[in-house]
Amino acid sequence: MFTQNEILETIDMLDNRHLDVRTVTLSLSLIDCIDSDAKKCNQKVYDKITRVAKRLVPVCDELAARYGIKIVNKRIAVTPVSVVGAASGDFIGLAKTLDRAGKALGVDFIGGYGALVQKSATDREQAFLKTIPEALSSTDIVCGSVNVASSRAGMNLDAIKTLGEGIKELAYLTRDDNSFGCGKLVVFCNAVDDNPFMAGAFTGFAEGECAVNVGVSGPGVVEYEINKHPDYDITSICELIKRTAFKITRLGQLIGTEAAKALNLAPGIVDLSLAPTPAVGDSVARILESIGLSKVGSCGTTAALALLNDAVKKGGVMASARVGGLSGAFIPVSEDAGMIEAARHGDINIEKLEAMTAVCSVGLDMIAVPGDTSAAVISAMIADECAIGMINNKTTAVRVIPVYGKTVGDEVDFGGLFGTAPIMRVSLGDPSAFIARGGIIPPPIHSFKN
Amino acid sequence: MKAVVSVIGKDRTGIIAAVSGKLNELDINIEDISQTIMQEYFVMIMLTDTAKSKISLDELEDALRDAVGALGVTVHVQHEDLFNAMQRV
Repeated sequence: MFTQNEILETIDMLDNRHLDVRTVTLSLSLIDCIDSDAKKCNQKVYDKITRVAKRLVPVCDELAARYGIKIVNKRIAVTPVSVVGAASGDFIGLAKTLDRAGKALGVDFIGGYGALVQKSATDREQAFLKTIPEALSSTDIVCGSVNVASSRAGMNLDAIKTLGEGIKELAYLTRDDNSFGCGKLVVFCNAVDDNPFMAGAFTGFAEGECAVNVGVSGPGVVEYEINKHPDYDITSICELIKRTAFKITRLGQLIGTEAAKALNLAPGIVDLSLAPTPAVGDSVARILESIGLSKVGSCGTTAALALLNDAVKKGGVMASARVGGLSGAFIPVSEDAGMIEAARHGDINIEKLEAMTAVCSVGLDMIAVPGDTSAAVISAMIADECAIGMINNKTTAVRVIPVYGKTVGDEVDFGGLFGTAPIMRVSLGDPSAFIARGGIIPPPIHSFKN
Repeated sequence: MKAVVSVIGKDRTGIIAAVSGKLNELDINIEDISQTIMQEYFVMIMLTDTAKSKISLDELEDALRDAVGALGVTVHVQHEDLFNAMQRV
């Protein structure tokens, strides 16, 4: 029998501290659907997704009822469409097929409208990159990601230039929706193959046929535990976060194992990222404040985030047989009540957020910037983030939204889990000559490890 | 399947009777029970075996909430595996 404290603590975490399973993401390879006949390719993709993932949503609902745990999102991540559609060239058709298949199954998102072009892009990949604005603005639940840099291959400035322009176009095409199309596109350095979180989830080429990946969450639990101990020194706080992360991750491991068993698929990874939502008590920013900062964004924020990120990994690694994905702390601005407040009052800025991305997963995430921000500036923001990831051997990403017609002082509401974003100021210098140079930034010297 | 039933609320007569009566009605066996008063709150935890019952855990939770509805206490029903996963290495 369990002790009363153990039982009450678990119930408290689930009921009052927003501990939930953020996503069960089915990773699915579509390599065998490649066909030079676009119609056949689309049919194979639709059939395979709806066949393999047929029971994903009902199984998740059953598990949620059995364990009394919220499973917030059910998602599918597929092989990058730039490859699946390379033989036919019908990328837009595939985006629409993914949208249709995902909707037929009732999943929340389907990710994989992407490309891996960190070193260079093939002719078809270049054509694919140009389709992203149309694809993501003409579908509802399709998400895209492009890997434009890696510590091993360097940084593809040509792709970054194309994507800066693409993000501007996507913002314009979805202007009636606060340019939200850009919220469905992530640009990565060192993208991971088994990430269950959107918008960056896709099935990498090292992955198997299909697997069930799980992303847990629970910033509220960590914040609550820290707040109980104002007397702890920082070493004890790290220990406390580790212990809490262990328990959170075990929940993900349980759901992942049971979901895989019920679906008769391979269990995949548990991503132990602390992912916030705009709800009160579900904020990573508030964890940093509970460690001892009056406001997230103040001096000390980067150090507090570094210890949080590391302690979460240490606790989580012990809790799961297979840890993967991004596994750290997310700092999306619009999706975190504490971040929204700090951005609204000017307590945090893009420069500080950039520094924070050097010590956590992932990057400049869900940041709204003025609609007149130039394509070159967006490309340069991406290049800066990629530089941090490339040099430090970590994943970094940019999901930035130049909201059409809005400027600093305005605020946009994306609704639901995507939250509210105050438009943030961007440095006014002009990097267009740098971006216009194009080419590849060679990988850093420490990539030559052989 | 083992389920943990926990009841928390202000102490008053009839709480255990209401919960155990409903469990009996649903053919669910109580294997262990502990009860205490913590900071004025009544806390009862039962380990139950639902093997003979056809009811699912969320239905059981709804049934127990109905049974204690008038008593002003909250009831949770959870699968034993949840506590095994989170509280045991």
